[in-house]
Amino acid sequence: MTINWFRYSSPASFYPIAGRLIPWFFSAAALLMLAGLYISFFVAPTDAQQGEAYRIIFIHVPAAWMSMFIYIVMAAWAGIGLAFNTRLSSMVASALAPTGAMMTFIALWTGSLWGKPMWGTWWVWDARLTSELILLFLYFGFMSLQAAIDDPRRADKAGAVIALVGVINVPIIYFSVKWWNTLHQGASVSLMQSPTMAKPMLIGMLVMALAFWMYSIAAMLMRLRAIIIERERNSDWVKALKERQS
Amino acid sequence: MNDLSLTAALWTVGSRDLLAAMRHRADLLTTLIFFALVASLFPLGVGSETALLRLMGPGVVWVAALLASMLALTRLFASDYGDGTLEQLALSPHPLTLLVLAKIGAHWLASGLPLVIIAPLLGLQFDLNADAQLVLLASLLLGTPTLSLIGAVGAALTLGVRGGGALLSLLVLPLYVPVLIFGAGAVEASAAGLGAGAHLSLLGALLLVALVFAPWATAVSVRIAVE
Amino acid sequence: MLAIIKLECVRGERRLFSNLSFEAAPHTLLEVRGQNGSGKTSLLRNLCGLLPPAAGAIQWCGKDIYTIADDYRSHLAYLGHLSGVKDELTASENIRMSAVAAGLSASAEQIDAALIRLGLRDFRDSPCKALSQGQRRRVALARLCLSVTRSLWILDEPYTALDTAALAVIKDLLESHLEAGGIVVLTTHQEVAITARATRRVELGQ
Repeated sequence: MTINWFRYSSPASFYPIAGRLIPWFFSAAALLMLAGLYISFFVAPTDAQQGEAYRIIFIHVPAAWMSMFIYIVMAAWAGIGLAFNTRLSSMVASALAPTGAMMTFIALWTGSLWGKPMWGTWWVWDARLTSELILLFLYFGFMSLQAAIDDPRRADKAGAVIALVGVINVPIIYFSVKWWNTLHQGASVSLMQSPTMAKPMLIGMLVMALAFWMYSIAAMLMRLRAIIIERERNSDWVKALKERQS
Repeated sequence: MNDLSLTAALWTVGSRDLLAAMRHRADLLTTLIFFALVASLFPLGVGSETALLRLMGPGVVWVAALLASMLALTRLFASDYGDGTLEQLALSPHPLTLLVLAKIGAHWLASGLPLVIIAPLLGLQFDLNADAQLVLLASLLLGTPTLSLIGAVGAALTLGVRGGGALLSLLVLPLYVPVLIFGAGAVEASAAGLGAGAHLSLLGALLLVALVFAPWATAVSVRIAVE
Repeated sequence: MLAIIKLECVRGERRLFSNLSFEAAPHTLLEVRGQNGSGKTSLLRNLCGLLPPAAGAIQWCGKDIYTIADDYRSHLAYLGHLSGVKDELTASENIRMSAVAAGLSASAEQIDAALIRLGLRDFRDSPCKALSQGQRRRVALARLCLSVTRSLWILDEPYTALDTAALAVIKDLLESHLEAGGIVVLTTHQEVAITARATRRVELGQ
């Protein structure tokens, strides 16, 4: 049996599907989040070197993972939209960007909160934090460019180019910042540097990462629905939908 | 369409831009003065202690070069976009990727190379020694073409877009980070007696990567802009 | 042979035209008419390949113009609202450089002949910023004299800002191009009688 995937790739037919999926992803996110927080606060042992303060890694590390992962996924969808002229994939990319920026911001914020007890300052030019900061600027660039262009199709295409250029650059930036960091400060204490990562720590982090993942999908779908309605507001199916609701 | 006509077209596109730039010499001079001015502000801000300045020098000169070359970027496509030359280029039967590469080359000759040439003067302000000066020159020579290449993508994407200038810097400056790190790092490494070879080869590698991807991305962006 | 099949154009949120089909064989003059904002310029930009259509296809000799992109452009000469004339360059530099960039050959004699034909001989070496609006338009049109090898001419409002003398030259250029087997697609609000073996009209916005 073959499934006609293109049937689902039209905004009109994806809109109701997205609506039905959202509650599932949100519930999964909530359940995983509860489980993850339980593991991280009650199961995971206190770290010998860093005390209780280390527990922030259960937020920080998954957020940092998601921030990079979402950028890559976003660039991939934007690239598909540019190459095959599929509107829905470009909309997915635009819907992902704010979530990605938020994850980056959380990673920066928690990194800074953790830095205060560990280094005694709110900000240290540590390789991970510095590259997260630049990633945040990349997200802002993508979003500002799309916001500055009125024609949605042109905004999609322009955003795709900058996202693809960015995705080639992300590893280069990460590598260069790491190189710069070792040259200037020597090895500094890193969030991930626990000599032996206890098993509950790892599990807690993975569960939290999964929770963030589910949340990102749910948030993306909600934003996607809003974008679809906004762009297609003059089409017949949106007008019919409005009439049914009122 | 034969090779001869392609070569002639690339040569013409490049020389047209150089000719136009030469007839607007004042603009080029503004970029250079901006470069010198930004670098001269730092000692005023942090004090004139020679040891400190020597330490900061390479970084300051590089940051100033970064900002100056970004400032010059708006001239790369803006007038061609405004007068219709850009859509004529997009309609040329020659590959647009190569045509924009010719434009980027001319742009670098007109605005990047002068920065490289006056950089040693700024190096003197920061009391860099002869070796450091030489490495600074080499790193700028390898790094500024990369800046022009990456910047061209941003310049093409922001054509005819609201808030073009500020947006351009937001798009382009984060992408400049690796060039800045390896460029300024080369001078610092040589000052520390480590040798600048590794940094310079990485700058060369960045230039090659940019040469492969940037003209293509710029051509796509130009086509989006002239739609 | 240019064929347009069920073309649709959407700009922003407005659908300018849809289901537009026509053909143009050699020797055909195609006049696109319509009110301001009816999509004339967008249609011409569709035909050039600058603006991908929202739906439908444009074919040159039976092949989609987006698949034969570079090859199609070697049959095409386009003159838009923007004339592509650079202020800093002289009239002859402008003509030569834009022609070579477009892949056309441009010898000194050809350029001089084009300048003379459009009455620009005295302005040969003056920078274009010193020229009037109509004179700049002539510089842009002079490129057409070098484009005789290009079979498809797409011209957006070619008659604007021209005096009667220049208009006669353009009429002459268009007629000889059509006679030689070329295709001309143009938009205009003016009535200029061009003799052609076949004249077709496309009305937009009805």
